[in-house]
Amino acid sequence: MEFLWAFIIGGAFCAVAQILIDTTGLTPARILVLYVTLGVFLTAVGIYKPIVDFAGCGATTPLLGFGYSLAEGVRTAVDKNGLIGALTGGLTGTSAGIGAAIVFGYLITLIFKGKPRD
Amino acid sequence: MDINEKEYKKYCAGRAKKSPVFKDTFAAFICGGAICAFAEGLKALYGMTSLPEDTVKMLVPVTLVFLAALSTGLGVFDDFAKFAGAGTLVPITGFANAVVSPAMDDKSEGLIMGVGAKMFTIAGPVIVYGVLSSALYGVIYWLCEVLL
Repeated sequence: MEFLWAFIIGGAFCAVAQILIDTTGLTPARILVLYVTLGVFLTAVGIYKPIVDFAGCGATTPLLGFGYSLAEGVRTAVDKNGLIGALTGGLTGTSAGIGAAIVFGYLITLIFKGKPRD
Repeated sequence: MDINEKEYKKYCAGRAKKSPVFKDTFAAFICGGAICAFAEGLKALYGMTSLPEDTVKMLVPVTLVFLAALSTGLGVFDDFAKFAGAGTLVPITGFANAVVSPAMDDKSEGLIMGVGAKMFTIAGPVIVYGVLSSALYGVIYWLCEVLL
């Protein structure tokens, strides 16, 4: 059952982004920024956590989930260390994803030859 | 053929391929949903090992980032993304692709300003606005804790 909900909720977030791209002409970069910021906002107001509990990876895999990790990281860090957590928590919460993107991204860029530009 | 600018624009608009919203949205839904269900499968798979739950939760996006980076390197990600649209963009796979793709394009500019800088062409703004908004949330959350 959790597979089905992950599929439906995750797919729905992607479908909404596609409608935005097709109808408003927002560039993919703007969509990504919008989704991350929206993820932080929805987590901050308490809406996103229930969606994560319900849809699992369907909520954490889209970039909204990146915002969720940022906000959750900040909340945990503020609880633990006070105000300084506002600075440290976000990157702590997302460190695995960002670290993986940098390390694997760099290695793969070095190993593979890009297609020549048109 | 002798036409003025206005007529030419009209001609172009008529010839331009219309982006079929319904088909695009359906493809994004199916592909994005499939990636999320695959992630759920990874979580179940890693959950069967003796790894702690926190590690499993981190390994899932790490695996997706690796697969997306690898398929970008192999050149197959773009072909899939042409069909899937936002279906591959919105999951964390799109973030990994946005790191690798510009870096590979501008590899010739060198390891520092080529690869090192271009990795963050799109990932940079995402991290900047993400961290900014989360820091703002942190300050508000802290204030609420102190004042209430």
